Amino acid sequence: MDFATVIQILDSALRLMVPLLLACLAGLYSERAGVFDIGLEGKMLMAAFCAASVAYATGNAWLGLLAGIAGAVALAVVHGLASITFRGNQLISGVAINFLASGLTVLLGQKIFGLGGRTPSLEGAARFTEITLPFADALRGVPVLGRIYADLISGHSVLVYLALATVPLTWWVLYRTRFGLRLRAVGENPASVDTAGVSVTRLRYAAVLICGLLCGIAGTYLATAISAGFVKEMTAGRGFIALAALIFAKWRPWGALGACLLFGLLEAIANRFPNLDLGFVTVPSMFMNALPYILTVIILAGFVGRAIPPRAGGEPYVKER
Amino acid sequence: MGRLPRWADVILTPLISVLLAFAISALVILAIGESPVEALKVMVEGALGSSYGWGFTLYYATNFIFTGLAVMVAYHAGLFNIGGEGQAAMGGLGATLVILSLPWPHWALALPAAMIGAAGFGALWALIPAWLQARRGSHVVITTIMFNFIAAALLNYMLVNVLRPVGSMDPASANFPAATHLPKLSEMALAFGITWGKNTPANITLFIALAACVLVWLLIWRTRLGYEIRAFGKSEPAALYAGISPVRITVLAMLISGGLAGLMAVNNVMGEAERLVLNSVEGAGFIGIAVALMGRNHPFGILLSALLFGFLYQGGGELALWTTIPRELIVVIQALVILFTGALDNMVRRPLEWVFARSGKRD
Repeated sequence: MDFATVIQILDSALRLMVPLLLACLAGLYSERAGVFDIGLEGKMLMAAFCAASVAYATGNAWLGLLAGIAGAVALAVVHGLASITFRGNQLISGVAINFLASGLTVLLGQKIFGLGGRTPSLEGAARFTEITLPFADALRGVPVLGRIYADLISGHSVLVYLALATVPLTWWVLYRTRFGLRLRAVGENPASVDTAGVSVTRLRYAAVLICGLLCGIAGTYLATAISAGFVKEMTAGRGFIALAALIFAKWRPWGALGACLLFGLLEAIANRFPNLDLGFVTVPSMFMNALPYILTVIILAGFVGRAIPPRAGGEPYVKER
Repeated sequence: MGRLPRWADVILTPLISVLLAFAISALVILAIGESPVEALKVMVEGALGSSYGWGFTLYYATNFIFTGLAVMVAYHAGLFNIGGEGQAAMGGLGATLVILSLPWPHWALALPAAMIGAAGFGALWALIPAWLQARRGSHVVITTIMFNFIAAALLNYMLVNVLRPVGSMDPASANFPAATHLPKLSEMALAFGITWGKNTPANITLFIALAACVLVWLLIWRTRLGYEIRAFGKSEPAALYAGISPVRITVLAMLISGGLAGLMAVNNVMGEAERLVLNSVEGAGFIGIAVALMGRNHPFGILLSALLFGFLYQGGGELALWTTIPRELIVVIQALVILFTGALDNMVRRPLEWVFARSGKRD
């Protein structure tokens, strides 16, 4: 394997990591506030559909992004209503949201575009195109570092850099702001936050809405940057891989970056080498595709460090008890 | 807040929830510019209007009874098994291996063996998540989701690399020998001289599903194990205090749950396709969640809601055939049923409790 191939695989890993990372951070906000969310998949799918439809209609990728966010936030509100206001089962609500998105996107897509659930292909300004960072072409000649800068770091859509910037931002919000402290507290011990006179309901809604926002960007990236348009079930389990990454990262932002990079890399390698030949054994592509899930189960089993979720996760807060 | 009378709790609340889900589904149909009344007519006509429709409705309902019961048994133990999809897929693998490995002389011999294979593989696929939950405290919801994906990958591998007959391009197992084909309901009816449901997949497995309903009812409400499962599901500390082993109950409940999901394969793999294909479960494992929630986690309720979903599934296919409404409408209805009966339960319950508390005071 030569240097160019390595760069290509890493480049592809970076692209594939972005939706995972955004969804993973989305889940991080929600779960850190004590609201389990297995509906990341559905929110991403809905966002991908809304973004592709509006971007196609207006020819503007940014309007598509807004629509994608709106779509995901709408589902986040449903999740908030079910799990915060009506104190329902958060897991069941997440399952329902996944199916709702999976059905509605095809139903609406077929109604609007009549292409069996696809949207028409996006072209030009309707897509987030790759931007070239300054001096990328000039520096390409520099050995190793120049290639890394020009071919790996430069040449991605703006959403990629946005996603990467979200990691330190999330770290800062979570660990260096009052909101973050309260958010973490509400996921561990909501009664203490309530005693301090801070509304548990409002904090959890804020977290769920941020989750919707980030899922919205993730879905938009899928439909308008990685591919050119929406395809039925295009999230293909990424919401669940993001969930796996979140556990892998033990609900921490920098860990999320590492976990998503690993899972992105696995996907990139699986795409590049459908049947990976390790010399002594040929690894089938199915195994590579299942590897994120297998790794998560191993992590969950506690064989490689224990992953302990936020303590109040999954439980509705009842004030009057 | 006053408590609801039993009839309101068991019948009224789920009924209102389901009606709400259907009302919103009707709005969705309106929103895509179709008539809900027309859609319902097509569905009723297509699913219940002929013995042909009934043959499919009952076939789908058989699948959903198994997956619904699977969700129910775990639910009574306080476990949410979303892994029915993977467990049913593995059940298909188990049944296929059993049927193809021996030259079965007659279906009546192959059937019990295939049932053991299907239930065994399904149970085995639920065992690891169960063990992880019981011993290592990892959440069964997350692990069963992961196992759904792992099952899909494993099945894909087995079909492409192991079970595919030489020279075939299709990722599917060999056709099952004719001797192992299960009698269809239509053939059984014909034996009595009745022409019913020609060319429909409903088969003898329906009776196994009905028996499973009775057995699960006996298990949960009439046996010591069932009592322990329910006690554990209601309160883990109380069950522990009463000497009930959490590990034992978690593992047993999940094994039974996985076994029931796996048994579905007798219907769809052995009874219908008569070979193992990719994605043979077709979401039935997930529909089991809606079926169990709507059926209030009671076998009789599950039987009724499985019939309803069988009707929706077959009716949805007819819709896609005769109107411009895609069959994904069923997924939306399924989502709304799960949402309203499962997650938004309190939205219906609270106003009802208020109404009953007020009328109670007046008496």
